[in-house]
Amino acid sequence: MNHLGTNFYEAVSVILFGIGFMNLLLQNNLIKKFIGLNIMDTAVYLFLAAKGYVMGRVAPVLTDGIIDAYYYINPIPAGLVLTGIVVSVSVTAFSLALVQRLYKHYGTLNMDEIMRISREEEGE
Amino acid sequence: MEEKKKLWKHIKAWVDGEEVILDADKYIITRSKKVKKDWRRQFSVETIKGNTKLYGFLSVAISALFIGIMLSVVNDLPEFGNPSNPVDNEVMERYLESGIEETGAVNFVAGMILDYRAFDTFAEANVLFLAVMSVVLLLKKDKQNYSEKEERENREDDFFDENEKRPILKIGGKILAPLIILYGIYVVLNGHLSPGGGFSGGTIIGAGLILYASAYGQKKMQTFFTFRTFTLICVGGLLTYCACKSYSFFTGANHVGFEIPKGIPGNILSAGFILPLNICVGLIVACTMYGFYALFTKGDI
Repeated sequence: MNHLGTNFYEAVSVILFGIGFMNLLLQNNLIKKFIGLNIMDTAVYLFLAAKGYVMGRVAPVLTDGIIDAYYYINPIPAGLVLTGIVVSVSVTAFSLALVQRLYKHYGTLNMDEIMRISREEEGE
Repeated sequence: MEEKKKLWKHIKAWVDGEEVILDADKYIITRSKKVKKDWRRQFSVETIKGNTKLYGFLSVAISALFIGIMLSVVNDLPEFGNPSNPVDNEVMERYLESGIEETGAVNFVAGMILDYRAFDTFAEANVLFLAVMSVVLLLKKDKQNYSEKEERENREDDFFDENEKRPILKIGGKILAPLIILYGIYVVLNGHLSPGGGFSGGTIIGAGLILYASAYGQKKMQTFFTFRTFTLICVGGLLTYCACKSYSFFTGANHVGFEIPKGIPGNILSAGFILPLNICVGLIVACTMYGFYALFTKGDI
């Protein structure tokens, strides 16, 4: 089995996922961390969309009255991507709200600074 | 190392019966303690995080390893776009071949997510609602979490919104916002006939509302969209959705007894409950999107 040449959409999505993960680990700024998380989400959508595609078929909207399973692509990954997008939007909004509260309290977005200040406050 | 050798010699002598080890426990305790200390010093998370270069190298290495493993998995995945792939199985055939008869929706994806899997979509709408409620909980302006400085800034913003000219933004917003909202309504209402539906149309309506709010300010927005309307639309949409879809529970999973007229596929008034469900979802999503914007900028809807 050697499909790396034909599966380049999946390959790109995996690489994007890795880049997002790296971003999540390397960035100290909290907002940039969540940008990394969103890149990971996008990679998963790309993977699902690539899995649903079938060569030479059309989008799953009835065209010319043809009712035939071998004429349309797979509609299930589209629904799954929709779920993923909704969850990603919700998680991003919630985490950004938390970041805004953190910024109001500590005056910085740097995670190490926040940890340091909170440790100092606890010590006092 | 030396101590280890010593201990080993002692043990050897003891096995040979040449001497008796009286303080072997002490040796073992000191040795194990030392080893434990060493291990902790080498692999403590704090040390790694403190050493920026090592941390960066490790992060890149872990990500690269992850990418490598996943690429080797992708190498073994079924071929892209091949019609005989295991994902294209009888579930998809069922949705595509009897979807029109059973749901009446021309857009198979809408028929799938709002009829076969309507409870999943209900949960998605609930997730959005929960997210906006937690953002309200965290960011809504009230006396305890709002300082005077922020309030002064807010008042300045309101003043600028009213008195500043900003002709490009204001005229552009005035012309574009109604068109964008109209297009969003079109996408929502045609969810069962063409690509689109409640989620995408709702997002477009939300974008139009955000454009209008950024051009004319929060105060003008509040003449027709207050927190009360926001809650009423969100909760009303969710409750209508719940009531519409509960009929499956009351009439059995196969919709026995109470058959909703499917209409002619392709007409705007067809496809059973898909159109009202799309409208509910669209309203919830539009309110949620605008709610996020308003709460993040001004802390109030």
